[in-house]
Amino acid sequence: MPLLKNGSIISDDWITIGLEDPRPESGDIVVPYARLLKEWESLTDHDGRLGVIFTNIDRVEALTLFLPRLALIVLPFPSFTDGRAYSLARQIREIGYTRELRAAGNVLPDQVQFMLQVGFDSFEIGDRFSADIWLKASRQMSLAYQRGLFRPLGQQEVWSERHREAEPWLEQPHAG
Amino acid sequence: MYRYDEFDRQFVTERVAQFRDQASRRLSGALTEDEFRPLRLMNGLYLQLHAYMLRIAVPYGTLSSRQLNTLAFIAEKWDRGYGHFTTRQNIQFNWIKLEDTADILSKLAEVEMHAIQTSGNCIRNVTTDQWAGAAADEIADPRPVGELVRQWSSLHPEFSYLPRKFKIAVTGAPNDRAAVKVHDIGLRLHLNDKGERGWEVLVGGGLGRTPVIGVTVRDFLPEHELIAYLEAIMRVYNLYGRRDNKYKARIKILVHELGADKFRAEVEAEYARRPHADTKVEERELQRISAYFAPPKFEKLPRWSATFEEARARNKEFAAWVKTNVAAHRIDGYAIANVSLKPEGGIPGDATADQMRVVADLAQRYAFDEIRVSHHQNLVLPHVRRDDLFAIWKVLNANGLAASNIGLAGDIIACPGLDYCSLATARSIPIAQSISRRFADLNRQHEIGPLRINISGCINACGHHHVGHIGILGLDKKGEEYYQITLGGSSSESASIGTILGPGFAGEDVPDAIEKIVNTYLAHRQPGEEFLAAYRRLGAQPFKEALYAAA
Ligand code: HEM
Ligand code: SF4
Repeated sequence: MPLLKNGSIISDDWITIGLEDPRPESGDIVVPYARLLKEWESLTDHDGRLGVIFTNIDRVEALTLFLPRLALIVLPFPSFTDGRAYSLARQIREIGYTRELRAAGNVLPDQVQFMLQVGFDSFEIGDRFSADIWLKASRQMSLAYQRGLFRPLGQQEVWSERHREAEPWLEQPHAG
Repeated sequence: MYRYDEFDRQFVTERVAQFRDQASRRLSGALTEDEFRPLRLMNGLYLQLHAYMLRIAVPYGTLSSRQLNTLAFIAEKWDRGYGHFTTRQNIQFNWIKLEDTADILSKLAEVEMHAIQTSGNCIRNVTTDQWAGAAADEIADPRPVGELVRQWSSLHPEFSYLPRKFKIAVTGAPNDRAAVKVHDIGLRLHLNDKGERGWEVLVGGGLGRTPVIGVTVRDFLPEHELIAYLEAIMRVYNLYGRRDNKYKARIKILVHELGADKFRAEVEAEYARRPHADTKVEERELQRISAYFAPPKFEKLPRWSATFEEARARNKEFAAWVKTNVAAHRIDGYAIANVSLKPEGGIPGDATADQMRVVADLAQRYAFDEIRVSHHQNLVLPHVRRDDLFAIWKVLNANGLAASNIGLAGDIIACPGLDYCSLATARSIPIAQSISRRFADLNRQHEIGPLRINISGCINACGHHHVGHIGILGLDKKGEEYYQITLGGSSSESASIGTILGPGFAGEDVPDAIEKIVNTYLAHRQPGEEFLAAYRRLGAQPFKEALYAAA
């Protein structure tokens, strides 16, 4: 499935493997969280990068141990109205994860900007909408009232625009 | 009142452009109705029985005359010449076309208004005391904090796809006129012995099919921590609130299922874990906002107004209006004038475009250009000179706006019900109208004293029936509308949920039933005892006997 990342549409080179699928010798693989827990010992030695598909019911603190080894975390959207992953994404960034954070499943163009702001940086986009709808939708608003959001496309924070004379406000968080 | 700066303006303008694009994609078929639904809801657009309904935010219920005039313009140009003020201090237009919506939103943006987050599973328009900044009993004006919360919650990327809608109410007075105990989050201002401000945080109140009084999770939250703490509550709710059943998705259910202590512990743990630097309420931002809510330039006036006293002595109708519709102002020589949108037999909360213009004009001439919307679906001129009250009343009276019934039997709250609403199980407007006619005699209303009658057309409780002294809920039994009556509800600082009396009544029998209840109260009350107090003393028994004994 194509991905939207850094403002362009690219192909997905990761290999997704299920709970029971045989593991390839090498290559970048994404495994379900349950498998990460079960096979952690051997997965650390895998020849290639490691990613995980997290679930909406697990607690983010549980990931802390694995973070240094992870190069991709995928958060699923079972439906586009299920907003749990927005909070999970922020929590994952708050505990210090800086690499790729991907939104998968039922995602709509009009939601991409919010997702970018909470720390997602790649999106499984399917073929329902054309590339330019995705790109346009990801930069609909140039301002946000909240502080401390991710603003990869250069949106501004109303607060810091208003109080420019103030000492440099908190650093922006950085995504991978 | 708050004025947009260049950023607020740009924000709202971009939002309109975004919606224009979304609506055109829907009209062209590029978006399905399912995909468009959450987008339009986040812009206040509902699909109703007969047409689209647009709900416009009136943040913390405050309007300028220019804004109210614009609402009048919209009512005439794009609706049928009237609008409906709601129990959430908003206004709804019931006959809107999808094609016109973006133009309406542009028109609103010109006067610093919008419909952002007036529906959908997001943080809704913040509500507050309709007398904010004017009431004699107030500790401080809650609106700067209301505005702070409005900005923080506007298009919050983390909290726009919550399990269910989320309502926040704020009050700065000990007498709660904002019903904070029946909101998802209620905030009450307190001062400590050092005179510092802190907020009591209540969570998990709500009406709907499971009415609950909120629990206090913090007694005294320092003001600069407010937003950070709200974020912690919202995050716990967003992550753990139920999504499997929309009737169990409100935060009240989460609080109930976890238990208040466990819920509080979750929030505190999340709060402790989060970095707060970027959510701290900065003094300079609060000051910037507060400056907009600085009190108007009141004159130094004597407490006693000869003009007013004379008029009151001469004119009985005016005197009756003063008794119920005028409230004490914190400044000598000033008063709060409440404009009832509940004329005898009228539709509660409806105002015509002409009436809106009349009130806007009065505000401009006499009230420092301010109007408020109350959650009882009335309007308020919050700062008027006592000297001007008679002149104001004459204008109101000439325009069908001088019903002297604020807080009395005729001041009924009612939702749109089956006349408009696709979820309704029964009509509520005609019931309100028939009760209003039954109690048309104003002397009798005054004799009865303070009485809240609230009517909802289904279990969703938009008409606040659970917290009416007398609550009426319209239901459907095998295709017949019937009405269940509850007694003893209240949304004040001593909030309570009403108790069901017994079997329901057919619509045409409701006024009789209400009359029997009122007569029972009159027969049993002690001198000076109001309806609610009498009910709390007597219990349901005498009322049950009066209603059901004969039958
Ligand atoms: C006409 C279209 C309307 C629809 C479709 C609608 C729908 C709903 C629904 C489904 C609920 C229950 C939500 C829940 O408990 O989870 C609800 C509650 C509520 N609505 Fe409405 N409503 C409408 C109009 C209004 C109006 C006109 C008002 C104000 C007069 C209003 C104010 C409220 C309030 C105050 C609540 C209840 C309390 C609470 O949220 O706990 N609604 N509405
Ligand atoms: S209470 Fe029911 S009938 Fe009344 S407006 Fe709400 S959803 Fe509609």
